[in-house]
Amino acid sequence: MPYFLLEIGVEEVPDWMIEPALADLRARWQAAFGAFECDALITDATPRRLVLLAKNLAEQAPDVESVVQGPYLSAGKQAAEGFARKWNTSINALATSQDTKGERYIFHQLVKGQTAKEALAAKLPEVIRGIAWPKSMYWTGKGGVRFIRPIRWIAALLEAETVPFEVAGVRSGNTTRGHRILGSKDPLPISVANYLEVLRANFVIVHAEERKRRIEERLGPGVQKDDDLLKTLIYLTEYPTAIRGSFDPSYLELPREILSTVMRHHQRYFSVLQERGSLAPEFVAVTNTDGDPDGLIRQGNERVLRARFNDARFFWQVDQQKKLSERVPDLAKVTFQAKLGSYKDKTERVVRLAVQIDPNFPPAAGLLAKCDLTTDMVKEFPELQGIVGGLYAKAQGENEAVWQAIYDQYKPVGMDDTIPRTIEGQVLSLADKLDTLRECFRVGMVPTGSRDPFALRRAAQGVVKILFEGNVSFKLKEEPALQSFLLERIQFYLRDTRGYAYDEVNAAIAPALGTLPDLAERAEAVHHVRSTSDFEPLAASFKRIKNILKQAGVDLAAQPDPNLLSPGPEKQLYNELGRVRSEMDTKSTYSEKLIAISSLRAHVDLFFDKILVNDPDPAIRRNRLALLHGLLTEFSTIADFSEIVTQGVGDKT
Amino acid sequence: MDSFQDTVFKLKQYWASRGAIIQEPYDLEVGAGTMAPETFLRVLGPKPYKVAYVQPSRRPADGRYGENPNRLYKHQQLQVILKPTPDDVLDQYLGSLRAIGIDLRKHDIKFEEDNWEAPTLGAWGVGWQVMLDGLEITQFTYFQQCGGMDLDLVPAELTYGLERIVAFLQNVESVYDIEWAPGFKYRDVRLADEEQFSVYNFEMADVDRLWLLFGEHEKECAGLLARFKPENRRFPVLAAYDQVLKCSHLFNLLDARGAISVTERVGVIGRVRKLAVGVAEAWAAQQAEAVA
Repeated sequence: MPYFLLEIGVEEVPDWMIEPALADLRARWQAAFGAFECDALITDATPRRLVLLAKNLAEQAPDVESVVQGPYLSAGKQAAEGFARKWNTSINALATSQDTKGERYIFHQLVKGQTAKEALAAKLPEVIRGIAWPKSMYWTGKGGVRFIRPIRWIAALLEAETVPFEVAGVRSGNTTRGHRILGSKDPLPISVANYLEVLRANFVIVHAEERKRRIEERLGPGVQKDDDLLKTLIYLTEYPTAIRGSFDPSYLELPREILSTVMRHHQRYFSVLQERGSLAPEFVAVTNTDGDPDGLIRQGNERVLRARFNDARFFWQVDQQKKLSERVPDLAKVTFQAKLGSYKDKTERVVRLAVQIDPNFPPAAGLLAKCDLTTDMVKEFPELQGIVGGLYAKAQGENEAVWQAIYDQYKPVGMDDTIPRTIEGQVLSLADKLDTLRECFRVGMVPTGSRDPFALRRAAQGVVKILFEGNVSFKLKEEPALQSFLLERIQFYLRDTRGYAYDEVNAAIAPALGTLPDLAERAEAVHHVRSTSDFEPLAASFKRIKNILKQAGVDLAAQPDPNLLSPGPEKQLYNELGRVRSEMDTKSTYSEKLIAISSLRAHVDLFFDKILVNDPDPAIRRNRLALLHGLLTEFSTIADFSEIVTQGVGDKT
Repeated sequence: MDSFQDTVFKLKQYWASRGAIIQEPYDLEVGAGTMAPETFLRVLGPKPYKVAYVQPSRRPADGRYGENPNRLYKHQQLQVILKPTPDDVLDQYLGSLRAIGIDLRKHDIKFEEDNWEAPTLGAWGVGWQVMLDGLEITQFTYFQQCGGMDLDLVPAELTYGLERIVAFLQNVESVYDIEWAPGFKYRDVRLADEEQFSVYNFEMADVDRLWLLFGEHEKECAGLLARFKPENRRFPVLAAYDQVLKCSHLFNLLDARGAISVTERVGVIGRVRKLAVGVAEAWAAQQAEAVA
């Protein structure tokens, strides 16, 4: 069976969009050509080409039989003959079937499966145009096809044959193009078999994995591992080569954070480490070339880096001329958000909130936190906000608690990032994020669906992560909309980061939120006890009790009267409650307490087995409901068992 | 070694030989070559156009009193507009680098995503920054919208940063050491501008008077736009656009003076944008009328 090769030749695609686009291409292929089996579907890409290879593609889709409904027998012979003629058959050869209106003729039509070539030619344009991009463009004129960048050629080969179609004025063919600079100037004829070799000879390595290996093999010693940067470079090059350059060691006086940022974010260089882990005055750049025989590329990159480092040094010196503390009034000129005023307003709110969260919080940390936004360094390297402030505060003699808090104030940046190292940093980050959330919710700038322009989900995640993992004792009590927004993040954290099941999380949250470390402990206890044999049956009983009480709907504030209890299971349950109550007092962990509660299971089961709650005597009935109510409320403070989803037990009242 | 002006000549020659009109710089203060009417207005409408020009671009806030080797109040851009974009535009662009003496086989060229947006012009596009051995030498943009309107023909805009490219070619560390013409350095030609305009922009520009001028130019523009009639072929849309450029430059000056407060800023940008969009719409309507 034939191989099918598709290469979409595009002007340089942004590196970070390539892998998602390949995944989307695969999905669209499956949707369009699922009827054609193949042994393997392979996708790959360089910045200039998206490639798909289907191995041993079925040449023809299976035939499909469809049933064509004909006239009813009651419609007469003429109608039947007409139908038979239409399908080129005779009445005798037609089948019949019965429906609500009577018996009718039917014809079994055999629909020939399309050939692969027909199907590919017909549907590939739509598949290609359909690939989803985060930001597309048009180039053939208003209303024209949209794609990430202009499509310049398409190769589509079913073994030796070109599959003919057209997208955005580009006709498919049997040629590719080599490396922009090193490859042949002319289109290169290819076959499925020689595709990779033709391109390799023209300085294009099609497999991203191979480009990755090529870079890794050439990085050399001491290079700081950086997978994100590596991935970027794989998709910025067709023929990667690594070159090592150096810079004047005097630049190492600048903070490492600044040097690394210049190298990584602005120049896409790898940093090089000395044996003791400090930065070496070297870098590794990855080029889209076969080498650097004359050293010109190295010299050029060194020159650019020198200018960048000079700028950074210049910014550092100029910024030191005005201390952070002198910059506080300047914050009035920096917008936090158009509707929410300046960073000066925000600073004042954050200081108040931070001190409220923790009376020991040093106000200077809050006051100076945003001052680095007015520095040349942060204007040049916005991604270093906070870090620059921390470094400047340190250089200007602020104490360790203050500068570290400023340095860490934006942490955690994502769910995988760590929280600030110090309590002061945690309080500052918390106050900053909570303030942003409160203010945005106050003026109605609330995330909807996938739209979250102020990154409030991330802010809320940060708040939750700090409260779960840090040392800040603070209970979230916000306006209802914000509280439920935070609650979603709390549930998400417990499920996603801690790995608890949905219902375990709900059971722990139901009684009361409390502090988040306490909540995490209770969720852990539920998770731990869940696997014991008594727990789920007891949870089912709790659900049953809840339903009974709901149906009864009487005032149940009263304690049960022991004199009204019947001897046997009812009295026993009452006594057991007392025993468990005092046993719980002797246990220190939530797990032990839940295990103590679980030991009620047999007695609860027996009670429901032998005792009719709805006794004809209203006093006895009310007393029994009071007994159950006491059981439910008293033993649901750690977790609400009735939230647990149980299988095969309970739910009968 | 080519001088600064040699390199400019060669680039102009290169694009002239590919059918571009070689224009002179626009004679008002602009922040970028994009703002010259040869780009901002010509990209609108269905008429093909090809033009190249050097545009001195003034950015008051970027001034450094001539003390920073890489930062300038006024730098020179070589701006090329190809409307519509030819299919081999990137090859043509690479050819222009060869034309100024860059042996691409000995250097590393990368096209890295960089999208462009000018809120004051209601304009945006997608494209790349072109990196040569780690140095950004050109901004390449496929225009998509201008004055808030989808463009009929998609132009490619190539903006060469001349100082950077020539500093690279001449292998000098400071723009002031570039040889502009034999016997004359960039310093000799331009340093006085950098020094004096930094003083003016940061220290001496009269804020109240700048605001007054901003308001007057705004009124002049709005007044013209109010009287616009598309069927009047000679209606001075171009003169109205000059007023937009004046406002834009005054805004940049006020910004450099630190005279625009938080609350004002968004509003002022909105005022310039409104004028720019008004002019773009008038120009498009006038062009459409001329065709009809």
